[in-house]
Amino acid sequence: MRPAVTGPDLRLEPSPQAGTAPAKVSLRNVARTYRSARGGKVSACTDVTFDVAPGEFVCLLGPSGCGKSTLLNIIAGLDRPDRGEVLIDGRPVSGPGPDRAVLFQEPALFPWMSVAANVDFALGLAGVPKTERRDRRMFWLGKVHLSRFADAQPHELSGGMRQRAALARALACEPDVLLADEPFAALDAQTREILQRELQRVWVETGKTFVFVTHNVREAAFLADRVLLMSAPPGTLVEEQRITAPRPREFDDPLLAKVVSDVHRHLIKEVEKVVAREIGG
Amino acid sequence: MWRARSAAKQVWPRLAAVLALVAVWQLVYQTGFFDHVVLPSPLQVWGSLRANVADGSIPRAAEASLIRLLIGFAVSVAAGTLAGLAMVASQFIERSFGSLIIGLQSLPSIAWLPLAILWFGLNETAVLFVVVIGSFPSVTLATVNSLRQVPPLLERAGRTLGAKGWRLYRTVIFPAAVPGYVGGLQQGWAFAWRSLMAGELIASGALGLGQLMNASRENLDTPEVLAVMVVIVAIGMIVDLAVFGAFDRRIRTRRGLAVAG
Ligand SMILES: Nc1ncnc2c1ncn2[C@@H]1O[C@H](COP(=O)(O)OP(=O)(O)OP(=O)(O)O)[C@@H](O)[C@H]1O
Ligand SMILES: [Mg+2]
Repeated sequence: MRPAVTGPDLRLEPSPQAGTAPAKVSLRNVARTYRSARGGKVSACTDVTFDVAPGEFVCLLGPSGCGKSTLLNIIAGLDRPDRGEVLIDGRPVSGPGPDRAVLFQEPALFPWMSVAANVDFALGLAGVPKTERRDRRMFWLGKVHLSRFADAQPHELSGGMRQRAALARALACEPDVLLADEPFAALDAQTREILQRELQRVWVETGKTFVFVTHNVREAAFLADRVLLMSAPPGTLVEEQRITAPRPREFDDPLLAKVVSDVHRHLIKEVEKVVAREIGG
Repeated sequence: MWRARSAAKQVWPRLAAVLALVAVWQLVYQTGFFDHVVLPSPLQVWGSLRANVADGSIPRAAEASLIRLLIGFAVSVAAGTLAGLAMVASQFIERSFGSLIIGLQSLPSIAWLPLAILWFGLNETAVLFVVVIGSFPSVTLATVNSLRQVPPLLERAGRTLGAKGWRLYRTVIFPAAVPGYVGGLQQGWAFAWRSLMAGELIASGALGLGQLMNASRENLDTPEVLAVMVVIVAIGMIVDLAVFGAFDRRIRTRRGLAVAG
């Protein structure tokens, strides 16, 4: 299913890569229903179909509860769809795998390991030989400016540093796809902006495929090649906006301001539906 | 330096409490309200303690008790941990066996001694049985609870990094459960020590602190009874603080968790 065009200023264009390169990540009519604690059923998302091209940065945006985290978990292989399928390089996902790394809202570092040991642990699981781990770890910790903190315990770092360490751990395994679920949402505005810049730089340098969930329209506009907007729950795609502004981008880029206000207007519409539903019944 | 100061912070309040207790005891002694045969002075107890340490009777008894305790505690850690893992692995085992364990905890372990004597005779095995049955439920419950309380986020992080099956347990879930598990061991140790003393007092055939105390009672040697009691408390506290407490503080400091005490 193609997302419907509902706004005059949002044009639906086919991905430039469509038909030329096979998609890196592809969702086909994915739906997931949860059983609620009281025995009822909650439809988290229905009929979600989209492709992510290799090296593309896609942001998923939508009102709270529309199934963004659910979709990300399904792509990660932590959860299974009830209907539809997820393909990575054309192959169905059967569980978590080293080709996909996940950044959670909380950094999820192992508190009993130093920062270096956290990265080494991931490298070990990815099958990197012991002799190469040190160099790989130092390289990626350097990329996120944490070389000096390699021997620190996670709790000794600030929130932003912890999230950077988690990013280094994810990148060190050299996954093809990075899945991020509001990784900067818990940070203060300044730290968030610094990390957004760093992520942009890392993305430009590494060319990884990103699926990035966020609530923050500005963040989506700053980072993404393409923003996918989801409807009020049960979530499905309603809008798609391509952002062609060249990189490196700046937050005060006037091109982005227009994108932000467009996307924001559509997001608000979906959020209002949720609110109306909650007030109405 | 920091280490020494923190050790002092651990020891000082406890020392103050002991000194206060001794002072009150001395005052009560001096009022003469109790017969001095019934309540000896702190100094008399101290004298008896030194004499019993010097002639080797307290060290020998303490050694025998501690060896018994170590054997019993090792058995209950092994049995309790295995039972806990089985309960985590199977809902059926948890529902059936789990409720039994909670029931078992409400029965003072010493209540098993008559049965143990009937089964094993008035010997070492009966006392060991009481120690094990007194301490393994807390190890079991600590195993179960500490595994249940592992943050799902860490498990998910481990899985997305590629850990699964036994490896996920060995490298992520068990390490994450360690602080809770150590707390359970500490509690199990306290129960084991209490059960052992109760068992030794009643089944006082074999050498041990309980037996020594019984012998002192038969000789109406109140200072010696109190001296052995002091040793029992001291051993309990030293192990609790120096072994479990220190280990617990180390783990918590390393992980940035709140450090108690
Ligand atoms: N494990 C679960 N059991 C039951 N219901 C669930 C579960 N996980 C999610 N849900 C439900 O599915 C819906 C979608 O949840 P999800 O977490 O994917 O939303 P989200 O878009 O990530 O929201 P937010 O922006 O607030 O993070 C919600 O209604 C939620 O209550
Ligand atoms: Mg979410």
